[in-house]
Amino acid sequence: MEINDLYRDVILDHNRQPRNFGPLEPADASVEGFNPMCGDHLTLRLRLNEDTISDIRFEGQGCAISTASASLMTEAVKGKHRDEALKLFDRVHQLLTDDAAPPAEELGKLAALSGVREYPARVKCASLCWHTLASALKSTDPKSVPAVSTE
Amino acid sequence: MKNLALTHPDLAFDVEAARRHFPILSRTVHGRPLVYLDNGASTQRPQSVIDAVNDYERRHHANIHRGVHTLSQEATALYESARDRLVRFVNARSRTEIIFVRGTTEAINLVTQSYARPALQPGDEVLITHLEHHANIVPWQMVCAQTGAKLVAAPMTAQGEIQLEAVIALMNPRTRILACAHVSNALGTVLPVRRLVAAAKARAITTLVDGAQAVAHMAVDVRDLDCDFYTFSSHKMYGPTGVGVLYGREQLLERMPPWQGGGDMILAVTFEKTTYNALPYKFEAGTPNISGAVGLGAAVDFLSSLDRKAAHAHEDALLHHATAVLGRIPGLRIIGTAPQKASLVSFVVAGVHPHDLGTILDEDGIAVRTGHHCAMPVMDFFKLPATARASFAFYNTIDEIDKLAAGIERARKIFA
Repeated sequence: MEINDLYRDVILDHNRQPRNFGPLEPADASVEGFNPMCGDHLTLRLRLNEDTISDIRFEGQGCAISTASASLMTEAVKGKHRDEALKLFDRVHQLLTDDAAPPAEELGKLAALSGVREYPARVKCASLCWHTLASALKSTDPKSVPAVSTE
Repeated sequence: MKNLALTHPDLAFDVEAARRHFPILSRTVHGRPLVYLDNGASTQRPQSVIDAVNDYERRHHANIHRGVHTLSQEATALYESARDRLVRFVNARSRTEIIFVRGTTEAINLVTQSYARPALQPGDEVLITHLEHHANIVPWQMVCAQTGAKLVAAPMTAQGEIQLEAVIALMNPRTRILACAHVSNALGTVLPVRRLVAAAKARAITTLVDGAQAVAHMAVDVRDLDCDFYTFSSHKMYGPTGVGVLYGREQLLERMPPWQGGGDMILAVTFEKTTYNALPYKFEAGTPNISGAVGLGAAVDFLSSLDRKAAHAHEDALLHHATAVLGRIPGLRIIGTAPQKASLVSFVVAGVHPHDLGTILDEDGIAVRTGHHCAMPVMDFFKLPATARASFAFYNTIDEIDKLAAGIERARKIFA
């Protein structure tokens, strides 16, 4: 495993210039995610049109993996139905943790995250934003979702 | 590797000879020689410590203080002789002042619950400093909540220094306890503990010094420091994990109630009344970490066999080299620049998050700590979520620091 397989160009690009980064006002849901082990945190805000994610933005501070993962995630789920986004969450979770995960071509740019699974200490960096999103989407009251922690 | 003894004739420390005592230092990580720069988190074990634990497990193990049989007597003798070594190691007055605990964290919790909890009244104050490890913050917060006392933190300068006058300014007639680090784990700052303790003593304030980061780097003399309590962990001074020491002044320990009840800490038990055992056993309920204590005793022997002045001078040379070499890297900022520092460097690199740096350095076989170092108030002070920290031991080399610098440059290129 080479370090370039973890820090692929897509990851470096989304770290340098994160997409959908910044506040979103007003928002239908606002959820915070923490990684207490490393002190990283992010705030994820989204607008829902019926059951479709019409807009989504994030802010906070984290490493390249966590920033790029959040940036890629916002691009991937914007415009998607809640159920589709949750399916994608399951698929990415599998990609990050399961060595036997099937090829990831259909995931598009998100496939760049597959390098993370060779670095167990960094899986939480990549998955924090996804857990935060899932928590917002699964909540019956998106206005008051408790903060998500990786620990 | 450069031989310091050749380049600096006044430093007669043979680092290559020192390294040969540590088998782990000859392994590779990701195909590269291990460069272990995470000694502030845990130091490695010399062969003599590994052998002492192994010999104990293979030949002498039984429960202590209980049996008349040979193994129990041998195990007891080994455990208690480790205590004797620790008495000499910190210059305690007697064996009654050395309590074996799980580590620094447990030692501080023992003091907060057994000494502070009965002593503190509502409105009393406990004084700590801004640079403490969570282990010297949270137990005090807990006992303050239990007693109605107030926790006060003395300020830190922008260099990460704790100034004597700033701490004294916060001492008042309600201050009951001063608890401070000897050396900061996050910044490396050496605190002026001797003078802090003297100032506290003049005001009848009880003192605890958290020595977790000090004992590996400097000779500690608790009678010279004159503190009431001193705490440290075995695994940060080349011994095994899961064991540590609470030194306490005998008069205070005598007055304190036991912290945990159970076997070994009693003389006689009926359902009406229990008579507690004498010091130090009053505070050692249950079967202790016997092999850990034996290993810690061997670590004391190992440290005593070193020329500690020369080892310290070598560590100082490592600190100065690291400060100079890392300081030349563009965008690198050293966090914690107190004039008195132990051999560790905490730093951030512009454009490279500490965790990414940690992963990239690991590919080069270099182990550093990244994160908040269990000192979130320190991180908040510098407005940083995390830093990278390279912490040195006497077995590290100038060459290893140059490898660290090269690894940081590589990370900068990846993120350029």
